[in-house]
Order: sequence, then C-alpha cells, then structure tokens
Amino acid sequence: MADVNRGNRPLSPFMFGTYYRPQMTSMSSILVRITGNALIVAVLMIVWWLVAAAVSPECFATADAFLRSWFGDLVFLGSTWALWYHFGGGLRHLAWDFGYCLNVETSEKLGWAMLIGATVLTFITMIVT
Amino acid sequence: MVQLTLPKNSKITTGKTWPKPEGATNVRKFQIYRYNPDAGKNPSVDTYFVDMDKCGPMVLDALIKIKNEIDATLTFRRSCREGICGSCAMNIDGINTLACIYGMDEIKGDVKIYPLPHMPVVKDLIPDLTHFYAQHASIMPWLETKTNKPAKEWRQSIDDRKKLDGLYECVMCACCSTSCPSYWWNGDKYLGPAALLHAYRWIIDSRDEATGERLDELEDPFKLYRCHTIMNCSKTCPKGLNPAKAIASIKGMMLERAH
Repeated sequence: MADVNRGNRPLSPFMFGTYYRPQMTSMSSILVRITGNALIVAVLMIVWWLVAAAVSPECFATADAFLRSWFGDLVFLGSTWALWYHFGGGLRHLAWDFGYCLNVETSEKLGWAMLIGATVLTFITMIVT
Repeated sequence: MVQLTLPKNSKITTGKTWPKPEGATNVRKFQIYRYNPDAGKNPSVDTYFVDMDKCGPMVLDALIKIKNEIDATLTFRRSCREGICGSCAMNIDGINTLACIYGMDEIKGDVKIYPLPHMPVVKDLIPDLTHFYAQHASIMPWLETKTNKPAKEWRQSIDDRKKLDGLYECVMCACCSTSCPSYWWNGDKYLGPAALLHAYRWIIDSRDEATGERLDELEDPFKLYRCHTIMNCSKTCPKGLNPAKAIASIKGMMLERAH
C-alpha cells in the first residue's frame, strides 16, 4: 500500500471520550470484549478452586474461604453480570450474522436491552441461587 | 497495533487565541486543530471567535469566515458546499461529518474541529488520504466483464439497479473509515468501511462478471474480517448510508459460497 507517513506527519487525535464521542453502538461493542476478558478472572478462580479440591483439604479450605469472602462474592456478582451481558452480545452478533437488525437504531436499542437485560438477569440469578 | 495515546510528535499543545470581533454581540467560540509542517512544532488548538450574526448556518460557513476575516493561514479542503464532493470531511463536535452540511445549531457549546481521526496530518484540517484512496483502488472500483461488449450499453433490470441504492451514493469522504476503531488500529491491512462498501457495490452489480475474483480478494483475515460490527461507520455517515450492512452482506456471501 501507499506510503502513509511522508515527512513524519503527526497523527490526528482519535481517542474515545476526549476526541471521538462515545456512541451507544461502539460502547456496547467494546463492553462485550471487556466482559469477555474479565470473565477469564472468574474462570481462573473457579479452576483454582477445583485444583485446590484435588490437591488437599487445607488447600481447598484456603481457596474456598477466599472465593466465599466478600471479595469473592463481589467478583462473582460482577462476573454474573458480565456473563449475561456477554451472552446478550453474542445473541446480537448472531442476529447480525443472519442479516437482521443491521441498522443503527435497532442496534442501539439492542445495546440498551443488553445492559438492562444483564442487570435484570443478574438480580434473578442472585435470587434463584 | 492498538494505540491508545498519541505519539510524541502528535501531542496537542495550546495554541493562539485570536482577538474577538469588535462590536459583535452574538459571538461563538471555535477551537480548531492547527498544524504547520514548516514550523517544526507539535500541533496545537487555536481559539477563534466568530460573529454569528454575520455568518452562515453551517460549520463550513464559519471556517470560510475565519479564513477570510481572521486568519488566512487556516487550511482546510472544501469545494461543493452541498455534501456531494466529500472534501470538507472533518471531526466536528466529536463525530466525523461534512462541515458544509453540518449546522452549527446542532452543536452545544464551543465548536471543536479536528482533522479526521487517526490519520497523518498534512496541514491543519487536511489529513493524508493517500492510503485510503489506494485501498479504494485495490477493490477494483469499476465494471469487470468477460463476455463480449454489447452493441450499445450493459443493460440492467430495474430490480437489479435497485440493489445499488444506498451504495452508489458514497462520496468517499472517509468519515466512516476514520470513525472505525478497527480501522484506527489495523488500517494498514483492514480495508475499512468505505472501501468495503464500494467492494460490495461492485459485487452485487448484476452486470459485473468478476464476483468470484472480488470475493477471493477479500478472503483474508484482515481485509474484510476486522469488521466487528461496531457501527461507528453507519452512525457517522453524512450521507446516511450503512457500510456495516454492506460488509455483513459480503460476509454472508462468503459463507454462502463456502457451502
């Protein structure tokens, strides 16, 4: 491709928030990624818990105590929300891949539905479990 | 590579504040990105004050007024002043649009104007679009045929012609591509919404006979598939087109072809 930066030209500003106004579509999209990555933390904690159970009773007691502490609760509450949000994001991508909802208005509404839906479903999960 | 801050030579400093117009009562503040390649300094943001009682309604009107009456060195592209040439594309009030068709009544507070995001700046509000145009050229934006030329013209049914609506109107202003985070960070390899919308315009043209080759060209981890349906492109398009949908349609055709 063509030479893109002849003469050490400066790069024009682009950063979200300060230079590019956050859009409902872009923010709901980046949040799918953030939740997906954040869920790795929860998964690692669960793996730690399972491995500890296989190692020794003392090891399990330590891991179990940590996971059941207020901090563990907080992480899993956040993860529950992240899981529901990420699931909603997956459904939105599925609809897009089938060729539905591919316009800004509907996608924005779906973004709100993902946020509200994840919150409501997190509450339901809390009550049920 | 994902870049979250500006490189050293691109950091923005505070620039000059130009004098207010005398005797004006309805004054509006403009903050405009300035970069002079001959000065050997970093870009800056200059402040201007414009008498709105003596200015047209569009952002371009104010820019022209500033250039005519306050600071003749302010540099920007413009031509048709009616949204058909795509020259005056810039980042206004945090979104990309055409200065000539964006009304200042749509902006709250100060008017902030920057060049199109994440592009090399030639001067002031003028980005270097060389790479963007090269990408457009790479999708073969012309009719490719193999059969013998008809005696008159290549004919098309009304229904087939309708498939080009919402695609042919693109004026290549680059608002969409430069609003796309994927294009910011992978623009060297990802073609971006504008080039892909044009690619689709030729792929679904009933008269074109190179559909397979066109799809082959796009079957690449970067050229097409860096689109993650973020939709900044469709949201910002000053012509109201939907590049995200065009890209999704190409992805659909790829799938159909594979099965």
